[in-house]
Amino acid sequence: MNAGRLIAGPLLAAALATGIAAPATAQVPESEDPIKLAMIGYSGDNLIMLIYGKLIERLGYTVEYTPADYLGQFAGLETGDLHIGSPGWDTTAKAALKAAFDTGQVLNMGDIGIPVFEDWWYPLYVKDVCPGLPDWTALKNPDCVKALSVAETEPKARFLSGPIEWGGHDQERIDALGLDFEVIHAGSDAALTADFVAAIKRKQPIVGWTWEPFWLPALYEGEFVVWPAYEDACYDDPAWGENPEKAFDCGRPNGMMWKTAWAGGEAIWPKAYDVWRKMKLDSKTMGELVYQSDVEGVPTDAVAEKWIAENEATWKPWLE
Amino acid sequence: MTAAEGAAGAVRNAAARPAWHAAIVPAALALIVALAVLAPQVPWAHLLPDRWVVPVDRWVGDAAKWLLREAAIGPWLVRDIFRGMGAVIEAPIVALQHVLVKGVELGSGDAVIAVPPVSWLGVAVFFAALGLAAGDVRLAVFAGATFLYAAVIGLWESTMMTLALVVVAVAYGVVTGLLMGVLMHRSTRVARAITPLLDFMQTVPVFGYLVPALLLFGYGPAAALFITLIYAVPPMARVTANALAQANPETVELGRMAGCSPFQLLHRVMLPSERPRLMLGVNQVIMLTLNMVIIASMIGAGGLGYDVWQALKALHIGKGAEAGLAITLLAIVLDRLSQRFAARRPDHLQRALPFLLRHRFVLGGLGLAALATLLGHAVPALAYYPADWTITSGRFWDGVVDWINVSAHGAIGGVRDFLLLNLLRPVKDLALALPWVGVVVLVGAVGFRLGGRRLALIAFSLILFIALVGQWEKAMISAYLIAVAVLIAALIGVPIGIVCARSERLHRLVEPVLDTLQTLPSFVYLIPVVMLFSVGDFSALVAVVLYAVAPAIRYTDSAIRQVPAPAIEAARAFGASRRQIDRRVVLPLALPDIVLGLNQTLMLGISMLVITALVGTRDLGQETLIALSKSDPGRGLVAGVCVAFIAMTADRLLTAWVARRRAGLGLDAGRG
Repeated sequence: MNAGRLIAGPLLAAALATGIAAPATAQVPESEDPIKLAMIGYSGDNLIMLIYGKLIERLGYTVEYTPADYLGQFAGLETGDLHIGSPGWDTTAKAALKAAFDTGQVLNMGDIGIPVFEDWWYPLYVKDVCPGLPDWTALKNPDCVKALSVAETEPKARFLSGPIEWGGHDQERIDALGLDFEVIHAGSDAALTADFVAAIKRKQPIVGWTWEPFWLPALYEGEFVVWPAYEDACYDDPAWGENPEKAFDCGRPNGMMWKTAWAGGEAIWPKAYDVWRKMKLDSKTMGELVYQSDVEGVPTDAVAEKWIAENEATWKPWLE
Repeated sequence: MTAAEGAAGAVRNAAARPAWHAAIVPAALALIVALAVLAPQVPWAHLLPDRWVVPVDRWVGDAAKWLLREAAIGPWLVRDIFRGMGAVIEAPIVALQHVLVKGVELGSGDAVIAVPPVSWLGVAVFFAALGLAAGDVRLAVFAGATFLYAAVIGLWESTMMTLALVVVAVAYGVVTGLLMGVLMHRSTRVARAITPLLDFMQTVPVFGYLVPALLLFGYGPAAALFITLIYAVPPMARVTANALAQANPETVELGRMAGCSPFQLLHRVMLPSERPRLMLGVNQVIMLTLNMVIIASMIGAGGLGYDVWQALKALHIGKGAEAGLAITLLAIVLDRLSQRFAARRPDHLQRALPFLLRHRFVLGGLGLAALATLLGHAVPALAYYPADWTITSGRFWDGVVDWINVSAHGAIGGVRDFLLLNLLRPVKDLALALPWVGVVVLVGAVGFRLGGRRLALIAFSLILFIALVGQWEKAMISAYLIAVAVLIAALIGVPIGIVCARSERLHRLVEPVLDTLQTLPSFVYLIPVVMLFSVGDFSALVAVVLYAVAPAIRYTDSAIRQVPAPAIEAARAFGASRRQIDRRVVLPLALPDIVLGLNQTLMLGISMLVITALVGTRDLGQETLIALSKSDPGRGLVAGVCVAFIAMTADRLLTAWVARRRAGLGLDAGRG
């Protein structure tokens, strides 16, 4: 227990006891208890939480930044160990989000206004061995397949994917569109990016899973593969699209980042929750923040402070 | 009957054993071949049909969810009881964190005094003083330098957070391990009950019980403490039990003749006389605790583990390595200090001095630390290490890794592809092609040969369980990876261990390397390994070998050193040559400890499975990772239990084989 709270508690009690009638609207902050914000480690997501945390600190709330796993945070949100969740991405956390909302213990606080995009990505030099990129048909070229193959997948080419639980339907996509590829799953995002970056540094042809907003496509020149445009029918209806017998013959759906929060906190810190609901950013802002933090190496804390200092007009309405 | 007694009995009855016993293992092998050939007719023997799969993970998941969400004892929820207990056990950590990092607020109302945390210089001086108190000037300098290093690289607060967690965890771990070991020694029944529990604790991958731990204790030091203790206590318990069993019977007799009560016998005779062996246990507790630091940081413990994790996720290898090195140095300092203090012999001249003089170093250190902290009010640079004075070499190491990646990749890639296609792929294909029915029967047969019906039944059931829960394929992948890795680690480690036992210089050279390998968070070398060898089984193999080679060397070294000098002298007196002494005296006598070492190597290798899952293997470790991200306690626990069963079976079979060997050599007569 925080020693500081040991004093604050009696202080607050004493203040209330010297009793003026409680005001009609609870005073902000309604509680001294620290609000726990989930920090999952990616600079972009951390920056969102830092900006939010610093803003509610201005209102007088006590904030605690708690490290958590991206998908593991939902367990903490359900039990109230975490109060404000790091936004879940439609592209990888759709099932986890739905499961969490269904328990009734986790609130859907709306989307944060940043669309997210995850798909097959390659560094620019791959175009030399696979002419025709970014169009997906270029991946059918036998020379391209050979260049992208590795010992584990020979004679097929390798698509470096993220952990299995991220989903993505890439094996189905490969089968439906008749590509000569095999999906190799990295066990974690760290392994994925490590393999990717190492290959890029030695100019080895590679195509793998990447997302935006993220430092990898910001730091290294490359492009996303362009597939037939996504429609819901593509995933549900085999008859749709290039391949009349199979579904998943198209690209991936885009999505949004969804804000989450522990249901019980609404009653404890209503104003803070209100600010969280109102908070909205956009891709351009996110891209700039991520660039400063990851490419330029500015500490995330400083990046958040700078943004707050320069964008009062944007965040002032959230606090009203 | 323990496995040893059973095996001894089996050896004694060898002459009376029916002939068909000898045919059992070949028969099982023939069964495997037959099933393989007849594969199309018996597909169920190769791949368990879905409807036969027992949904244990769902049952466990439902039970866990009930226990953690709704179960209650009286008016209190089980969960709240655990939270309460957690708050109690983490209280020392929180207190230390305040002293070292956050500062303490004293007083109330208007007169609140904010006491700053202990000055960084103060802590460094204190640990140096501890080194002097232990009587080793070089250690004092090393300890001081370690803490200065932590300050200079800008990670002081993280280091103090980690120090708080580690000191408390090691204290709990050593005490708990000692108690368990003593209990195991006193009663074979207790030993038989506890041993499987210890196996579980060591081999169920941490990600398997991470979700239940989080649900029980919430994010914070209590959950981190819980998972750390589960991992770090078993070696201490095992080593204690082993040490007490091997206590010199003459020393024990002397104690009894002197009139010791059982407690005095333990406390004043047996434990002190077995100190070297016990200190190996303490060493392992410290190492394993620091190993857990990264995972602890993932569930809210913060500290250096968090710094390593963050840096490596962003591929800042150098920064991650710096933080990782801080963890290693901390481990080495704590270990060396504890070894030194434990190795001290009572000095009667010192005893005669007054209290202040006797403890002059420790008190001096404390005094200087307090002074530095007080001065921190006036000189802020003393209270909080100034950011301007930070030096990091992160970029340099990133450059080194990049250079190796770009220039050496051709050769590395060639070796990798060769081993992958000619060693790993064939072994993996073989492992996956074996029919599960055949393998289960074979394991039972081997168990029967080594330890009679009881061992056969245990081995058979454990492996059958894995098949029945539908995890056979993933288990086979885990098994082949571990088998190849531990084999390579043993082939490298045992010879080096033997050589190190001979040469004090080499021992002193190798020891810090071993400490580094065991405590440098595996994450730190995992990422460069993935960069050089790409995602896949090969990287996983390299990572496990790197981790497992250290205990192989260490235990072998220790085993050879523990061979009693009188035995060697006696052999020399008989005129045995050097090689004869080695082959006929040293190695046989050291064998039990060497096998204990290989056993531990196997356990530690299996515990690496969860880490290698982060690389991208399709094995049981990956199952636990998936369960973690889906917050599915059942799936994680079941996959973890399968891992534990593989380890336990291998351990039991190994131990039984060794016991038979030793009984055959007549080594157990008159000992313990």
